[in-house]
Amino acid sequence: MNRAGLAVAGLSAALLSVAPLFLDAYQVDVLNSIGLYALLALSLNLILGEAGLFNMGHAAFYAMGAYTAAILNTRYQVPILWTLPLSGAVAGVFALLVARPVIHLRGDYLMIVTIGVGEIIRIALINDVFGITGGANGIFGISRPKLFGLTIRQPQEFFYLIWGCVALTIFLFLRLKRSRFGRALNYLREDEVAAEGNGIDTDYYKLAAFGLGAAWAGMVGTLFATKMTIISPESFSFWESVVLFMIVILGGAGNIAGVLLASFLVVGLPELFREFAGARMLVFGLVMMVMMVFRSQGLLPAQGRS
Amino acid sequence: MEEFLQQLTNGLAVGGIYALIALGYTMVYGVLKLINFAHGDLFTYGAYLGLTLLTSLALTDRVGFALGLLILVLMVMGLVAVLGAVLERAAYRPLRKSPRLSAVVSALGASIFLQNTLMLIYGARFQVYPDDILPAVTFDLFGLYLPLMRVLIVLASVLMMVALYLFIQKTRIGTAIRAAAIDQDAARLMGIDVDRVILLVFLLGPALGGVAGLMVGLYYGQINFTMGWVYGMKAFTAAILGGIGNIPGAMVGGLLLGVIEALGAAYISIAWKDAIAFCVLISILIVRPTGLLGERVADKI
Repeated sequence: MNRAGLAVAGLSAALLSVAPLFLDAYQVDVLNSIGLYALLALSLNLILGEAGLFNMGHAAFYAMGAYTAAILNTRYQVPILWTLPLSGAVAGVFALLVARPVIHLRGDYLMIVTIGVGEIIRIALINDVFGITGGANGIFGISRPKLFGLTIRQPQEFFYLIWGCVALTIFLFLRLKRSRFGRALNYLREDEVAAEGNGIDTDYYKLAAFGLGAAWAGMVGTLFATKMTIISPESFSFWESVVLFMIVILGGAGNIAGVLLASFLVVGLPELFREFAGARMLVFGLVMMVMMVFRSQGLLPAQGRS
Repeated sequence: MEEFLQQLTNGLAVGGIYALIALGYTMVYGVLKLINFAHGDLFTYGAYLGLTLLTSLALTDRVGFALGLLILVLMVMGLVAVLGAVLERAAYRPLRKSPRLSAVVSALGASIFLQNTLMLIYGARFQVYPDDILPAVTFDLFGLYLPLMRVLIVLASVLMMVALYLFIQKTRIGTAIRAAAIDQDAARLMGIDVDRVILLVFLLGPALGGVAGLMVGLYYGQINFTMGWVYGMKAFTAAILGGIGNIPGAMVGGLLLGVIEALGAAYISIAWKDAIAFCVLISILIVRPTGLLGERVADKI
């Protein structure tokens, strides 16, 4: 990252960390949902941006995590933050099982399969599969997180929890991106045949990226569940996956700063123009078409290593 | 047995609708190797335009239901075909040389755009077709209960599929379409105007899809601006099932999927109806990605 980029990053981080002191509860709540979307988009970026796998069923993995956390918490009284590793594991393992037979499919076919998986999961949740998901009503009464003896309730408190997770995620994913693993992913995204020719086990790396991204989304599901205290299948519809896909593509697939910027634009901007809320998706659709013609690499394109 | 046959005829009617939509996917895929994600929304436009024309022109009152319906079908076909051509110009032609992902994202953007335009015009609620357009005739075939609309849908969709098949196989223009599907550059060298072939494909596919939308409106009586997405996915499944890029395949796949779904809803569970189609889709992609009739192995599926 160059000096200007570093300055912008530092300034935004500083601004964000004091933001709750100056904003009202509603505005902080908007920032919280931006944070959640940013986390999800970062996890999708690992799959779609870094490895170039078209995943349009990300909401399914998010849902798996949220439901795992909710079920453990409401049925077995497991403290909600303790469910984090298990939510991640359930979502990750599920993603691996689903992706294993289809990972070799070409781009748009993989996309269709992930859409199908997302829909099957949503239908399963609505149909109260195994009698534990609560059907269309979902699960309610999920407890608030407790951290160091402090129960997190207010939007301001959630703000620091969520954005703390965002900061941690950015740190870890930046490290990952610069590792051997990250380079391998970029390589196979750019040229799969050449990558394979250079001894990169493409299926292994693709699956690893898929599993890791899904596991991360699963953990975000836990955060979502405890923030809302109620979850239902509606929160994990196809459109959630589309919005996440859009954030990654518009921001710049494979660029963490771009994904963060797009999270603010896609989730935050509509809040500023609430009177045009109905036209929100219309504008997004149009932006997607126009962007692909004039700037298909996204607002902040991924940069190669110098 | 009677229940089984009843479900079978219902499945064939729905399957006919899927097949008509699937033809649009398969033709575009054949020529451009692109999944036209906005195709399902063109289908929805067929349903909404049909409703508007039906209520505003009251054709069936003026000229009788048979002629009125025929005129309606032709008008919907024409309008949706124009919309398809506009879509091609706006969303796909500028990206002809771009990487795959760009075209896919643009298609998705077009789909979202089209859907939400409908929502802003008509509102988000279900729209209801008048239920007195067709005479309430029911055929009784050996104790089998067949509403007129169901019979009409099966007949009309089979008729249109046969006409399309003959057009593609027997005419010069059809030959040009097939040539462009096999190798665009070679086709161009043979003097075929590939851009016009692509345009034609974007006229034919949406025209058939638009009629399918009208059929859904007439058959089920209510339509919604998001329905194109579910029907589109199912029709796409049908196209894959039959072998994408293959026109008879789309027809077989559509009818087969309709029947599978109807029987699944009747004998397994109606709540899982949509999931059945997606399971079929995933299984076919894993087990036989070329589909039932697809002989040419598409590259790197």
